[in-house]
Amino acid sequence: MSTATNSSAAGAPGNTARKAPAGERVADWADGRLGIYSLAKSNMRKIFPDHWSFMLGEICLYSFIIIILTGVYLTLFFHPSMNEVVYHGSYVPMQGVQMSEAFASTLDISFDVRGGLLIRQIHHWAALIFVAAMLVHMMRVFFTGAFRKPREVNWVFGFLLLVLGMFTGFTGYSLPDDLLSGTGVRFMEGAILSVPVVGTYLSFFLFGGEFPGGDFVARFYSIHILLLPGIMMGLLVAHLILVFYHKHTQFAGPGKTNNNVVGMPLLPVYMAKAGGFFFLVFGVIAAIAALASINPIWALGPYRPDHVSTGAQPDWYMGFSEGLIRAMPGWEINLWGHTLVLGVFIPLVIFPLVLATIAVYPFIEAWVTKDNSEHHILDRPRNVPTRTAFGVAWLTWYVILLIAGGNDMFAQYFHLSINSITWFARIGFFVGPVIAFVITKRICLGLQRRDHDKVLHGRETGIIKRLPHGEFVEVHEPLPQGKLHTLTSHTQYAPIEVGPTVDENGVERKVKAGEKLRAKLSKGFYGENTHIPKPTAEEYKEIQSGHGHH
Amino acid sequence: MSSQDIPEEKHLPSEQGDAHHGGVAVADDPFADPGLPVHKPRIQDIDERAAKRSERTVAMLFTLSMLATIGFIVSYVTLPVDKIVFIFPIGKVSALNFALGLTLGTALFCIGAGAVHWARTLMSDVEVADDRHEIAAPAEVKAKVLQDFADGANESGIARRPLIRNTLIGAMAMVPLAGVMLLRDLGPLPEVKLRKTVWAKGKLLINDNTNEPLRPEDVLVGSLTFARPEGLEEEQHDFQTQIAKAALMIVRIKPEDIKDKQELEWSHEGIVAYSKICTHVGCPISLYEQQTHHVLCPCHQSTFDLSDGARVIFGPAGHALPQLRIGVNDEGFLEAHGDFEEPVGPAFWERG
Amino acid sequence: MKKLSARRRHPLAAVVVLLFALAVTGGLYAAFAPAGKAQADETAQSLAIEEGKKLYAVGCASCHGTGGQGSTDGPSLVGVGSAAVDFQVSTGRMPAQQPGAQVPRKPVIYSQAQIDQLAAYVASLGAGPIAPTEKQYDPAGADIANGGVLFRNNCAQCHNFTGEGGALTLGKYAPNLEDVSPKHIYEAMLTGPQNMPSFPDSTMPEKQKKDIIAYLQNVNGEKSTSPGGLKLGGLGPVSEGLFGWIFGLGALIAVAVWVAAHTAKAKKS
Repeated sequence: MSTATNSSAAGAPGNTARKAPAGERVADWADGRLGIYSLAKSNMRKIFPDHWSFMLGEICLYSFIIIILTGVYLTLFFHPSMNEVVYHGSYVPMQGVQMSEAFASTLDISFDVRGGLLIRQIHHWAALIFVAAMLVHMMRVFFTGAFRKPREVNWVFGFLLLVLGMFTGFTGYSLPDDLLSGTGVRFMEGAILSVPVVGTYLSFFLFGGEFPGGDFVARFYSIHILLLPGIMMGLLVAHLILVFYHKHTQFAGPGKTNNNVVGMPLLPVYMAKAGGFFFLVFGVIAAIAALASINPIWALGPYRPDHVSTGAQPDWYMGFSEGLIRAMPGWEINLWGHTLVLGVFIPLVIFPLVLATIAVYPFIEAWVTKDNSEHHILDRPRNVPTRTAFGVAWLTWYVILLIAGGNDMFAQYFHLSINSITWFARIGFFVGPVIAFVITKRICLGLQRRDHDKVLHGRETGIIKRLPHGEFVEVHEPLPQGKLHTLTSHTQYAPIEVGPTVDENGVERKVKAGEKLRAKLSKGFYGENTHIPKPTAEEYKEIQSGHGHH
Repeated sequence: MSSQDIPEEKHLPSEQGDAHHGGVAVADDPFADPGLPVHKPRIQDIDERAAKRSERTVAMLFTLSMLATIGFIVSYVTLPVDKIVFIFPIGKVSALNFALGLTLGTALFCIGAGAVHWARTLMSDVEVADDRHEIAAPAEVKAKVLQDFADGANESGIARRPLIRNTLIGAMAMVPLAGVMLLRDLGPLPEVKLRKTVWAKGKLLINDNTNEPLRPEDVLVGSLTFARPEGLEEEQHDFQTQIAKAALMIVRIKPEDIKDKQELEWSHEGIVAYSKICTHVGCPISLYEQQTHHVLCPCHQSTFDLSDGARVIFGPAGHALPQLRIGVNDEGFLEAHGDFEEPVGPAFWERG
Repeated sequence: MKKLSARRRHPLAAVVVLLFALAVTGGLYAAFAPAGKAQADETAQSLAIEEGKKLYAVGCASCHGTGGQGSTDGPSLVGVGSAAVDFQVSTGRMPAQQPGAQVPRKPVIYSQAQIDQLAAYVASLGAGPIAPTEKQYDPAGADIANGGVLFRNNCAQCHNFTGEGGALTLGKYAPNLEDVSPKHIYEAMLTGPQNMPSFPDSTMPEKQKKDIIAYLQNVNGEKSTSPGGLKLGGLGPVSEGLFGWIFGLGALIAVAVWVAAHTAKAKKS
């Protein structure tokens, strides 16, 4: 098509017979250069299953986008400098107070830039919700077994996003240089100092000398707005590409198999639903920012290393590390002129371990089960009691640490002794997960038993029938086949055996310690008392045929 | 023939083949997958009036969004940035923040709600099944790739010329050292900086509140006072760094209540000066309970007994608060008898 | 006097009566000696002391001893001054109802006139901080910003940034300062009630106390504002985190449920 035709076609109705619409022509242009048709062929009508829990990841994605948008706005007004200035802005209770430029510019954003306070609050609320949604999303993936092959790598990406999100949050929270966040940075310095051998050097390099010095705001700023979000952006893109590539998992149900994905096409339904959901998330967070105050730094005051307020806490996602450090006894060992600050260093080591515990679980499970098949049908948590119990135990651990991290608040508002709560956390740290594990497993087995009964005997209708000989029975209605299929389609594994210790010639076979451990763990996962055997078709038929005699 | 086999079985390793129940094929399996349920129409699918209602709802939501955006602009232009209004039950809030947030929230939410309502009621809700394909490549693809790789590696000659390979590894391993070196000037070396504060013999104790030197008679039993060394002014460029080590907490305890002998010696008639910086991770510790003489850290609840050498009685701190030896000079002012004898604040490897 | 009759049924009543009897007989000298030293030139003043003494004998002596010398149940009141009495009694903390980690604020049971009489009596036992006049604690014209700096240095460690209160060891706490009157804040700083340390005029002059009161009124009083919206208790990240989880993520999940739910079918299956 010549350009002459194009230009003359603009207003000439007689000339349109063979001309494609403008949109198509743009697409043609792009396809010739980018190959968009081939790309769209497999993706435009890509199927996504419908379930609310599959949208948790979208909450994370959208709040991340909101954080980036509002964050860029904030950088236009924020001065990442620790130069001391005397405030003369419009907030009266701070006038004449000496503070860093970072704090002063945050006050300006809050009180002199129109809409600045709103954007600050959206940014901070979105950050809290971002990390919360990531944790919930991760738990959804965990409890439904969506991390299994082929999605282990994506699990790791997601986990890294959670960790990076926490640290991006922490560095951002520290930027205004207010009294609360400064206390948090001081804690960080103390924690770094506790590292054996190199602690003081790390601290001096991070802060450009002694704490607080004049550098950390500027340094945290580049970490907060560039380094960490940059890495996160990369991981996020990889995470999403893998979600597309693997196609979404789905819950068991009629017509849903491991070889298909049932749902609605991306265009138009998910374009509208997912696109619309972005606006819904943004709208809700904007409304929250209009209604509820967050991090009112004007009430906290500028940081001074000799000032402090009670209730010194980090944002919630760092709360479990705060709990670790609060619950830890003050152990300190002095040997040969050196100090091992165990009271701080042990929590510092446990902090990544808490997170790593849940992160490595999928690989442990894969190793124990020797399961090398692809899984696209999600587990119901009750059908995998060991995994579910482990997850709940981990959550219990996490929550106990969160409580320990807020022990002063709980003491104040529930009229308890701060010392008792600390002791509760110290004991609960070890005992809580065990209790949670045992209880959860029992609940799972109970629910399995209920499913078992439901399949064999049908649904309780609530109708009481009196039989001719006077007995009262509740009428049970057999389940439809779709439901029967859903309740019985899961796999029940048998534990791995080590096998005979002697081979066929009677020669003793060496069994590696790893093999033995695996067999033992496998027994714990799938051995006795880990599942209620699924009803078999024979059992079902027998009972159904027997129903007539009842 | 419906397959009652659980789908995973195809991929399961053979030793797992008997690991599950229900694996035996039964022709009339009651648990067989009946397939996707038949699509049932929505009201909007069969009743054009209902569809029209949905259409109007969606359009109304989009219109509402437009109005909210106009409201946002109007609020931005008309409301002064410092106007405070009372909103029940929230309280006295910034009118601008409240108006901008709600209008923006409404504008965004209505777009989303409109789009979702449109998708839910008017777009097709027929569920479609899409096939999956195994992620792992078929054997012939794998063989081709491995062959290609072997060819490529062969052509490069990297295996035949180990000198090249080894020097390349060496060069790649060393070049990041340049980057590591560049980090050296991030900060000075610690040396003895953490061991020293600006306190020195003869430095007066300046009351943080009044900026006047303290006299013993100013400090009453049961009172709490914070002090800093004479000559350390807020305007100084390194004020923050110095006060982070030098901040002092001063209380007066009846000499007969002081249990620690050295504490009494280092005090002036029961006036004791302790570092305000917690020995745990450095929070300014100053939650002083005057009846028990306990001082609590608000950050991690380390508790110290100021009447007993400030030893730790609860919490994660590892050692007592450092005490500053004080006395009175000729003019009757409290003065330091020297610097702290041990490092102030959190413990570190070289502390010893 | 419902309160008093209720107190008579207290299990420690017998002990109290015994102590009271002992104190009356044995402590007469101790009670009168310091009173004699008090400057009671004016008849009105001595009258108030007399009245206060009667009130004291009924309401306070059981714990603090007849002469204010203190007992195992209550500290000595010699030298605490009228400011301490005014603070303790007019915030309802005294008379205490039951032993515990800390004596809480309660409805006041004495009239201001009775409190003044009690204060006059206790002040007569030994010199101590005098209850302030309005001129002393009226924050009008004080420097709010300076008050903020002073508050963060001297008070926030226990009472929180804006005086919302906080926890201390073993169930003790620093109370919320929201509706505490300027006079009581002044008296608390002056006298250091219970475990609170005092901030006497020698280390924190009257002007600075006014600054602190002015700051508190600005950030945590009837006139204080919360520009960003709901204050969420003014407690910082813990309440913000809870709010974010429950209302933020909660609302978003509710929305997600709506987005993902199947649309109602024309006929129920």
